[in-house]
Amino acid sequence: MSYKIYEINEDLLDVMPQEIRDLQFRATWGNPKRGVMDLPYSKELIEEHSLCAGCPESMALRYILASLPNPEDTIIINSTGCTSLVFPHIALHTVHSLFGNQNAVASGIKRVLEWRFPDKVKDVVVLAGDGATVDIGLDCTLQSFFRQEKITTICFDNEVYANTGGQESGLTVKGHVFKMAPKGKQWDKVPFWQIAIDSGCHYVARLTVSSPKRVETVIKKAIYVAREVGPTYVHLYTPCILEIGLNSDDGLDEMRQRDKERFAFFEYVSEPAKEVIERKKEEGLL
Amino acid sequence: MQTATEAVIYNKAGQRIVSPDYLLFEAPRTKHFMTGSEAVKEAVKRASVDASVSYPITPQSEAAHLIGELWVEGYVGVYFRGESEFGVMSEIAGCAMAGARTITTTSGPGTLRAFENFPMWAGTRIPVQLVLMARGVNSPLSIQPDNLEVGFLLDTGCMIWYAENAQDLFDMILAGFTVAEQPDVHVPVITVVDGFFVSHTREAVMLPPDDIALPPYNPYKAPMPVIDAEVPPGRFLRDPFVMKSNYISYATHASWQWEVRSAIERSRPYAKHYLRGLIEEFGDPSAELVFVACGTAAAQAKEAVRLLEEEGIRARVVKLKTIRPFPIEELKQAVKGAKYIFVPEFNVVGWLEREVRRYLYGHSEAEVIGAPRVAGGMTMPAEVIVKEVLKLTGKEVKHVI
Repeated sequence: MSYKIYEINEDLLDVMPQEIRDLQFRATWGNPKRGVMDLPYSKELIEEHSLCAGCPESMALRYILASLPNPEDTIIINSTGCTSLVFPHIALHTVHSLFGNQNAVASGIKRVLEWRFPDKVKDVVVLAGDGATVDIGLDCTLQSFFRQEKITTICFDNEVYANTGGQESGLTVKGHVFKMAPKGKQWDKVPFWQIAIDSGCHYVARLTVSSPKRVETVIKKAIYVAREVGPTYVHLYTPCILEIGLNSDDGLDEMRQRDKERFAFFEYVSEPAKEVIERKKEEGLL
Repeated sequence: MQTATEAVIYNKAGQRIVSPDYLLFEAPRTKHFMTGSEAVKEAVKRASVDASVSYPITPQSEAAHLIGELWVEGYVGVYFRGESEFGVMSEIAGCAMAGARTITTTSGPGTLRAFENFPMWAGTRIPVQLVLMARGVNSPLSIQPDNLEVGFLLDTGCMIWYAENAQDLFDMILAGFTVAEQPDVHVPVITVVDGFFVSHTREAVMLPPDDIALPPYNPYKAPMPVIDAEVPPGRFLRDPFVMKSNYISYATHASWQWEVRSAIERSRPYAKHYLRGLIEEFGDPSAELVFVACGTAAAQAKEAVRLLEEEGIRARVVKLKTIRPFPIEELKQAVKGAKYIFVPEFNVVGWLEREVRRYLYGHSEAEVIGAPRVAGGMTMPAEVIVKEVLKLTGKEVKHVI
């Protein structure tokens, strides 16, 4: 698609809301070098989201959306949860269909787009929480890896079902007391980044969103590798400050703390993925 | 006849594009002997299908295999095996949202495993086609014929059509895409056929040539934006309204539900045309004894009418081709003067009887009898239907062993 599709009919320019005008004049369409450094100066692709004040997930969304190499040709598939509250506020093609089937819907969309538009690059990105990715949607997530679907899967791991009021999830740490785990969780946190590697992902990264530049690099690598090679997976720690009892301004400190422990930066790159990443670096896109 | 100035258009498989009317009504047909599953393949072959995703479950597996063969032969654009019926119906949704003419098949427990997807399909207004080869639902484990699952599907917001035999199935698949994709309809169509009785038995099917096909799907005519990044961003399921708790969101969600159902209603004239009517009548038009049935129950009822003739009892059959939309006016008209309405069914709950009672309430003086009803894989010999009628009239039961 041409990013010109966002251009407003000039007869209507003066009556359009400012945020729509900004999308035309101050957004970063059509520039593959766009990134988090544009955030203070450009129109973001997210507008007035409804997440809690200080929610790290909102930071993650801003960084990810600013890092998409071609937002004008990117389709985001999300799932039920806090993320689905945000997607109506995003100026991109987004699909919410059900809870847990995001990788299956994305598989259908990606395959048909490749068939309908063989000469165009169209990136399909899945973005969902830990419950959707690893619990209810585990089957669909893993099987999309097995089938080598060319999609990027991003998991917002807040280690809890947040939007439904704080229930223990497969990614909750052992011993943590949440609703539905009133005696504390009985088994270990699932090391899903490792399962993603074993299941055939070509680029896997685990990190917190405390470092915007690092998020940008990881997202770009994941999308470029998925475009050419096969499935990629990004595991981001976005703590639910509400459910773990932190103040609105504590999210960043919490992530910096976990940066040194269970969310220490980790990256896996397959051989074919290395080639793509090197080439993109030479092209100045990474 | 084609004139010199007309361009001949071909689809991606190299088949000549013809109008649905030509393909369904005018093209010369030849007789073939095949199973219901093979009839599905022949229909898909002529339907310019873009995408299909499959998952094994008896009895629909063979039809799904055959669609895979069409993919190898270049008639279908995208084909793969999904992870489960829930996954497949989700993948199917993705294919259709991305602008593909999409078809899949399932049966029995698979239908229920996938169930969450059907109202989602309708809510996103995708014109996908599900060929449902109905089968028993567990437990205890059964792979036998039964159509209980259709009762669950009635109010998902999808159109429900019911084929009686392989011929019906072939024609309905082609008509199904044509009707479902009308811009003022644009909802999914579930084409039901009784598993095994039709999927696995061989019968004569009249087929048009296989070098002609339906016009390809044009997603840009859809009433909802296609998710292909070629149009301004679309938001599926209308999240901004429905994710808030206020009266505007309630009203928006409610009106959307009604709109989906209205879309089904708007399919009536198209379905009437492409199916040659929403009902089919058989037997003595003045008979006071009427069978209302669909699928193979209608076929068995037709046989029962013949047997009853020998008993000196005049009877007739009203076969329903569409269940959603329900052919209300046609049925009311068809049962005028009826004294007894029998509803033979292949399921234990009698969902069709409920439908018939609901729509005829206050419109017919006839007594509605929900019988005979078989389940768990039992066949419904015409004699069983006859026995039911003879019980009512107090006559001797001759034909029943």
